[in-house]
Amino acid sequence: MDGARPTSETTPRWAEEDGGTRVPYWVFQREDVRRLETDKVFHGPCWNYLCLECELVAPGDFVAVHVGETPVIVTRDADGQFYAFENRCAHRGSLLALEDRGNVKDFTCVYHAWTHSLQGDLVGIAFKDGIKGCGGIAEGFDMSKYGPRKLRVQTVEGMIFGSFDEDVDDLEDYLGEELIGRIARVFNGRTPVVLARFTQILPNNWKLYVENTKDSYHASILHTFFTTFELNRLSQKGGIIVSEEGGCHVSYSMIDRDAEEKKKNASLYSEQKIRSDKDIALQDTSMLQGFKEFPDDITLQILTVFPNFVLQQIQNSLAVRRVQPTATDSTQLHWTYFGFEEDTPEERKIRLKQANLVGPGGYVSMEDGCIGGFVQRATATASGERAVLAMGGYDIGSGNDRITEASIRGFWTEYRARTGL
Amino acid sequence: MRDYVQTAATAARIAEAQARYVHTIDDGNCVEWPEFFVDDCFYMVTTADNFAQNLEAGIIWLDSKAMLHDRILSLFEANVYERHSYRHMIGQPFITSIEGDEVECESSFMVARITREGPTMLFATGRYIDRWRLTDEQALIVKRIVVLDSGYIDTLLGFPL
Ligand code: FES
Ligand SMILES: [Fe+2]
Repeated sequence: MDGARPTSETTPRWAEEDGGTRVPYWVFQREDVRRLETDKVFHGPCWNYLCLECELVAPGDFVAVHVGETPVIVTRDADGQFYAFENRCAHRGSLLALEDRGNVKDFTCVYHAWTHSLQGDLVGIAFKDGIKGCGGIAEGFDMSKYGPRKLRVQTVEGMIFGSFDEDVDDLEDYLGEELIGRIARVFNGRTPVVLARFTQILPNNWKLYVENTKDSYHASILHTFFTTFELNRLSQKGGIIVSEEGGCHVSYSMIDRDAEEKKKNASLYSEQKIRSDKDIALQDTSMLQGFKEFPDDITLQILTVFPNFVLQQIQNSLAVRRVQPTATDSTQLHWTYFGFEEDTPEERKIRLKQANLVGPGGYVSMEDGCIGGFVQRATATASGERAVLAMGGYDIGSGNDRITEASIRGFWTEYRARTGL
Repeated sequence: MRDYVQTAATAARIAEAQARYVHTIDDGNCVEWPEFFVDDCFYMVTTADNFAQNLEAGIIWLDSKAMLHDRILSLFEANVYERHSYRHMIGQPFITSIEGDEVECESSFMVARITREGPTMLFATGRYIDRWRLTDEQALIVKRIVVLDSGYIDTLLGFPL
């Protein structure tokens, strides 16, 4: 059951000239669009984030996730390799894994005990030869012709991605050099450890959340935590990187050393103290005393990979987020907070404190969990109306400016190309 | 018998303090929430899965009364969200240990959420795993781990649990 409104017979036309600049609200509402996305996006030639390598350490380890709305099992087999296949029995389609994670030697279906290997191959049939010569599987039945659909699996920097399309470009090409550089920057050759996992339920279409993660324009407007408490004392500069097709992006901000230097000089002359209007202050600012983790001055980096992935660095708070649609107006956002085995106890503690910035109750992200619902509700009967994305012009180029909607236009450009909408 | 009387009396004091805790958050002045804690308290919200697996990060993770104060301050002065409120139901504390003036206990809770548009809904269930300090005058929380039964959190976790 989902709150989808009855939709008209045929998918409405989305004017070609709208490009990524005008987005009709029916794309967030229609069941036919949802089905098309399963086909062309989540099952199409895209790379979907699955899990971290560090979640699959020993042979037989598995995690159960979703690619779009499709349940998927990710495993590590005895050969040390990662495999992914549908969480769907070859026989009559029951779920194979009934836990989120674990260690198994194979997947034996609970319904009639058909057995699947860690690579997703059907390898055993209960009562295959019947009992006392009666019953059993049909003569000449070829197990290799049956089985859950498999995903192609590739990894980057300790993260596992999967694609239902055998012919998808290599992950390396799909991401591009610049994005890979930005991913490597976060992991930096260290060994990730999971610090917590949980799921946030969002009352909106998955694409509204994706738009939000790519929206560098809203950050300083919607989220007032830093400005209210005047915590952005350092001058910041930043920019965005948009992938060639448009669907992946990085937005970042960093300390502006030049501006800092000028400010320092200026304050030699004017010893002015800035006071907040409200004159309120945090009592415990230890949360914001980060540690120097990266060689650069980037304090915030949000990276997305089309269609379902976000990698977050907000100061020393690191997380991956997996976006999973569950209905036209409902999305699950799967958070995994991580640190590194190399963390000192002090560094680890800072990560735990800074995790307060993010998640469903996060100081700078609690608003993000609600905003998509506001749009979903407001546009319920405005299917034919269109959002406008004109900040920073109409193109999808990278730039040294965060007051832009270029990466959201990029998303829609790639989305339209892939779905044909 | 003496143990039973002591445990019952201790449970009653904690239950009374929890009743005030609920009143403060749901019906009173939520800004006073930190007053239920000692200065160097620890308060965290986590899920049953994370707790069972000893995963150390929380959905909320605060290690001083000042951080609790900041959380409430931010909710009222900085953060943006649609008007809503909680209704807590806290069960009787199950006392697991008494050592001097420090008491460890667990209490189940259910929290309903009341939003601007739509009916009351069940928002969270779970248990508090607590350490209290009871003196002649006061019952204060030294440590409260809020363990949510479900790993799924709807939309927003704003006010204190
Ligand atoms: S459905 Fe799995 S064995 Fe029959
Ligand atoms: Fe945001």
